[in-house]
Amino acid sequence: MSDLVSSASTSDVPATPRLRGTVALLVPAAIFLAFALAPLLVHAGLDPFYLSIVVRIMIFAIAAVSLDLILGFGGLVSFGHAAFLGIGAYAVGILASHGAGDAFLQLPVALFASAVFAFLTGWISLRTKGVHFIMITLAFAQMAYFMMTSLSAYGGDDGMTLWTRSTVAGSKVLGDTTAFYYACLGALILSYAICRCLVVSRFGRVLRGAKENAVRMEAIGFDPFRFRLVAYVVSGMICGLAGFLLANHTEYVSPAYMAWQRSGELLIMVILGGLGTLHGAIIGATAFLFLEEWLAGFTEHWRIVFGPLLVLVAIFMERGILGAVTRRRR
Amino acid sequence: MSLTLVLVQTLNGLQLGVLLFLIAAGLTLVFGVMDFINLAHGVQYMVGAYFAAWFTAMTGSFFVGLALALPSALLLGLLLEILVFRHLYGRDHLAQVLATFGVILFLNEAVRILWGAAPLSVPVPEILSGSIVLMPGLLYPVYRIAIIVAGLLIAVLLYFLVSHTRAGMLVRAGATHPRMVSALGVDIRRLFTLVFGFGAMLAGFAGIMIAPILSVEPGMGDQILILAFVVIVIGGIGSIRGAFVAALLIGLVDTLGRSFSGDLLRLVMSPAEASQTGRAIAPMLIYVLMAAVLFFRPAGLFPAAR
Repeated sequence: MSDLVSSASTSDVPATPRLRGTVALLVPAAIFLAFALAPLLVHAGLDPFYLSIVVRIMIFAIAAVSLDLILGFGGLVSFGHAAFLGIGAYAVGILASHGAGDAFLQLPVALFASAVFAFLTGWISLRTKGVHFIMITLAFAQMAYFMMTSLSAYGGDDGMTLWTRSTVAGSKVLGDTTAFYYACLGALILSYAICRCLVVSRFGRVLRGAKENAVRMEAIGFDPFRFRLVAYVVSGMICGLAGFLLANHTEYVSPAYMAWQRSGELLIMVILGGLGTLHGAIIGATAFLFLEEWLAGFTEHWRIVFGPLLVLVAIFMERGILGAVTRRRR
Repeated sequence: MSLTLVLVQTLNGLQLGVLLFLIAAGLTLVFGVMDFINLAHGVQYMVGAYFAAWFTAMTGSFFVGLALALPSALLLGLLLEILVFRHLYGRDHLAQVLATFGVILFLNEAVRILWGAAPLSVPVPEILSGSIVLMPGLLYPVYRIAIIVAGLLIAVLLYFLVSHTRAGMLVRAGATHPRMVSALGVDIRRLFTLVFGFGAMLAGFAGIMIAPILSVEPGMGDQILILAFVVIVIGGIGSIRGAFVAALLIGLVDTLGRSFSGDLLRLVMSPAEASQTGRAIAPMLIYVLMAAVLFFRPAGLFPAAR
C-alpha cells in the first residue's frame, strides 16, 4: 500500500484525498473494523473497563476529525476547538437539568448551538489570518469557558453531574454499554463520511485551493471566506456532536471541557496522527489517549514521559505517525 | 464604590500589569524575532517561582534566593533552547505548538515530582513586609509597591537595552528583517539564543517576584500564559512598547472589571441580576478586548514595522 496512501499524506503539494483506490480505502476501513470488533475481546476475557477507554477514544476521534477538516484541508489553525465540545456537552447538561432528557431534543439543540457559535465567531475570526486566527479562536473559546465557569445556576466551576444518559424517544437504550459503544462508532463513521465527502467534492477542492493560494482562488472567481465559513460551521457542528457524546459518556459536564489545554490536545491529536487525511486524526486521537492510559498504568507521573515524547514527535516526525509509516514503506 | 477602593484596585491592576509585562516582553521578542510560538513560556514563569521558593527556604533569605533563582531561570531557558526550541525555528507553527505543549507537560510534572503537588508559600521579605499609608484611609502593602517599582525599572532598562545598545539594535532589526540581518553577517542563531535566554529570565523574574504573594503550585503558569498571549497580540507582536502598554491595559481592565462590573451594571439592572451578570462578564472582558483589537487592527496597537 504505497503510492496512494503516501500521496494522500506525505506530500508537499496539498494532500490529495483521492481515495477512490481500493487500497487507500483499506486504512480507514481497517480502523473502523478494529473498533467494531473490539467489544468481542470482552467476551474473550478482556476487562470491560477498556471498552470505556475505546469509547473515549472514538469520541475524541470525532472531535479530531472535525478539526482536521478545517486544519488539514483549510489551513485554519483553530486554538479554540474545545469550545464546541463544551457547547455540545452543556446542551445535554442544561436541558437535562430542566427535565428535557431526550436525545431527540438535546442533539438538535447541541448541533444548532454549535452551528450558531461557529457562524458568529467564524464570521469574525475568518477575517484574520495566520497567528491572529489562532489567537482570536483562542479568545472566543476563553470567553465561552469563563462564561460557563461563572454560571452558577449550571454548576459554575464545579460542573454538573448528569443523573442519567440521554433517552432516545423515551427509551434508555444509551444506558446500555454495548449500545452506547456502537452509537459512538456510528457517529464516528458518519462524521468521517461527511468530512470525506466534503473534501473530495468541488467544495473541498475550493477549500484546499484557498489554503494553498487564496489570491488565486479569488482571481478565478471564488470567495474563500464563504467556503471557509461553511467548513468552520460544519466542523463546529461535528465537534458539538462529540461534545454531546462526551457528556453522555462521562455523565458529567464541566467548563474544563473548554479549557485551552483541551483545544491544545485536540490540535496535538491531529498533528500527531498526520494532517489532512482525516483518518490520521483518528489514529492521532487513538495514539494520544492510548499512550496516556498506558503510561498512567505505570506511574501517576506519566506526563514526565509523555511530554518529551511529544517533543520528539515534533522534532523528528514532521508528518505525524501516518507520515512516518508511509514514508518508510515507500 | 468608594474612591479608596478604586485606588487600591487600580494599584492592584498596575501590579498585575507590570507582572504581565515581564512575561510578555520575552514572549513577544521570541514570537516577533524568531516567529516562534512558545507555549512553554508560562511554565518558565512557574519554574522561576519554584526556584525562588526553593532557594529562599534553603538560604533563609529572599534576596539570596532571588540572586540564585535568576541565573537558574536563565540556565533553564538556555537548556530548553539548546535541547528543544533550536530544532524548531523555521518549522511550521504546529510543530512548535506540539513540542512546547510537550515541554509544559514535562515541567509541570517535574515540579510536582520534585516539590510535591501541594502549594508552597514564600514569606514576604522582612524589609518589604507591612503596609504603608499612601493617603488617609488608603493602606497598601509595601511588597506590592515593590513589585510595581521593580517592573517599571525593568521596563526602563529594557527600553534602554532595545533602543540604545547594539544588541538591541540587532534584535529590532531581527524582528523586522531577519534574513537581511543574517545576510549582513550577524550570527542570527546566537542572537536567537540570547533573546530566548533573556526572555526566559524575565519570565522567571516575574515568577520570583510573585512567589511571596501567590501560592506556588504546578500549573500556575498555564492561565498567565494565555494572558501574556492576549497582551502581545493586543500590543502588536514583536513590539516591546506595545507589550508594555497592552500589559498595563489588560492588568487594569481585568482587575477593575472584576471588582466593579457588578457595580456598574447595577445602574441598569436589579442588584441580584447585576452581580450575577457582572461575575459572568468580568473574566470575559479582556478576551472581548482582544477580539475587538484583532478585528479592527489585526496587527495590534503598536505593530512592529514590517
